[in-house]
Amino acid sequence: MKVLMKGNEALAEAAIRAGCRHFFGYPITPQTELAAYMSKRMPKIGGTYLQAESEIAAVNMVLGASAAGVRAMTSSSSPGVSLKGEGISYMAGSDLPALIINVQRGGPGLGGIQPSQADYWQATKATGHGDFQILVFAPSTVQEMVDLVSDAFDLADQYRMPAMILADGMLGQMMEPVTLPEEGGKAPIEKPWAACGHGGKREHNIVNSLYLTPDKLESLVKERFARYEIIKEKEQRAEEYLTDDADVVVVAYGASSRVAKGAVNKARELGLKAGLVRPITLWPFPADALNRAASHAKALLAVEMSMGQMVDDVKLAINCQKPVHFFGRTGGMIPTPAEVLEQIKGLV
Amino acid sequence: MQTVFQKPSVLTDAPMHYCPGCTHGIVHRLVAQALEELGVEGKAVGVASVGCSVMCYDYFSCDMVQAPHGRAQAVATGLKRARPENVIFTYQGDGDLAAIGTAETVHAATRGENITVIFINNAIYGMTGGQMAPTSLPGQVTQTTPYGRDTNTAGYPVKVCELLSTLDGVALAQRVTVNNVKNVNIARKAIKKAFQNQIEGKGYSIIEVLSTCPTNWGLSPTEALKWLEENMIPYYPLGVYKDVEGGVKK
Repeated sequence: MKVLMKGNEALAEAAIRAGCRHFFGYPITPQTELAAYMSKRMPKIGGTYLQAESEIAAVNMVLGASAAGVRAMTSSSSPGVSLKGEGISYMAGSDLPALIINVQRGGPGLGGIQPSQADYWQATKATGHGDFQILVFAPSTVQEMVDLVSDAFDLADQYRMPAMILADGMLGQMMEPVTLPEEGGKAPIEKPWAACGHGGKREHNIVNSLYLTPDKLESLVKERFARYEIIKEKEQRAEEYLTDDADVVVVAYGASSRVAKGAVNKARELGLKAGLVRPITLWPFPADALNRAASHAKALLAVEMSMGQMVDDVKLAINCQKPVHFFGRTGGMIPTPAEVLEQIKGLV
Repeated sequence: MQTVFQKPSVLTDAPMHYCPGCTHGIVHRLVAQALEELGVEGKAVGVASVGCSVMCYDYFSCDMVQAPHGRAQAVATGLKRARPENVIFTYQGDGDLAAIGTAETVHAATRGENITVIFINNAIYGMTGGQMAPTSLPGQVTQTTPYGRDTNTAGYPVKVCELLSTLDGVALAQRVTVNNVKNVNIARKAIKKAFQNQIEGKGYSIIEVLSTCPTNWGLSPTEALKWLEENMIPYYPLGVYKDVEGGVKK
């Protein structure tokens, strides 16, 4: 049965149905409905909703709950995610799973409260200090938000690392019909590493990111990066739309991919061979899909709601074998299909 | 042969790295003893904070989590909310608890989180080599107050027990020290009570332990104890600042 839901609320309900019973947050626009929904639902199902004193405290509560072995999450928007960077780095360094949702708004600084994709670099390259990656998912519909929440929890548990849903103010605020999964689909995986009391039955578990011996720290980081290689090989996701014969391949994710798809359809009506690669995972970046599309394309066009961040990864993914162009709006401005179509026309 | 004294079972055999004359070792022992006497080692999860005691995760034989600087009580909140049946404690120094972690401390306390907080106040940053702490005394010479702590520019020390005792969420706030046998016994009872409170669901309990740092104070261990008695105890009076017998109303 389909229900009409706001993106932020759908994210929350999907997390509950994925078995999450511990939410720690702090109010910020435009993700507020997510926390409000949790505050209503969690007490009724024996879960925890806690409004923390800060984003920093919230993410560290997630760290604690995750260390105890339960599914835990927090959500925020751009300026708040900057504050969560510390906790995300510590969780990555302690091999802890967690879900962090960023409903992006314009920046830098306090920026604005309209939709944006200007936190791509932060999410994929610099969530916090140190050598590490997190899984980053980029839904483009409310249904996909629902679907990716449980995948994000599962993969975070499997690979023992934080996962982020990188949404934006448009997806968070929009309403669409969704089919929600039944609760209790997959059995949660065992977490023998959890700090939940040893009960006199095993050695003590230590959840830790401090390693003062350089060769020990290096070997741990290398072990993590070996895991990242497996993830890059197995977990790339992208939608390839009309790319088989495309001369111009538009690359866009999340809200801007909806605009880009409209422009591609319009171009096709005009007889122009345009296609779209829509990254669904931003890390790992879907290099395979891009290379397939780029192999016979004349040019690529990255479309983003930023000054151009993902475009760097597009160039790297195809090793600059084809020209990669960029069109973007920022500060809360949303590109129009007509604007993107003009760009496509210029490249055919 | 009769055993008259032994290491608590909740301490591991790992050699501690603390400097001679530092009181961390005594306080570790008291915490371990309390967990052992209450029979909760198997349910206990400790949170190590950033500072000299960060590696206490190697010394306590219960499960341990190492928190980011200042965030121990937020981490403890997550652990406790996830598994309320566990016995959660933080072990924090003055820089961690009363400077970078002030917000986490005040709000865990005001929420009445049912956790136990062991707070080591030695009036200095030990691990980084002796900088001014939020609890450094007026006039105290440290690496970053080479002319003595000037209250005009560096402000006054934070009196944690006094501050937290104003909050409704706090069940127990007590300041102790471990400079002599009598005071060690008082500290032992206070720490045990702070854990007992948690087991009984009474709410947030904090034990502040006035401690020594001979290395960074530039004193011998015995001189350090004398300095603590002559300078710290007068500024930070020992005693019970708050004790809600029936626990905090929820």
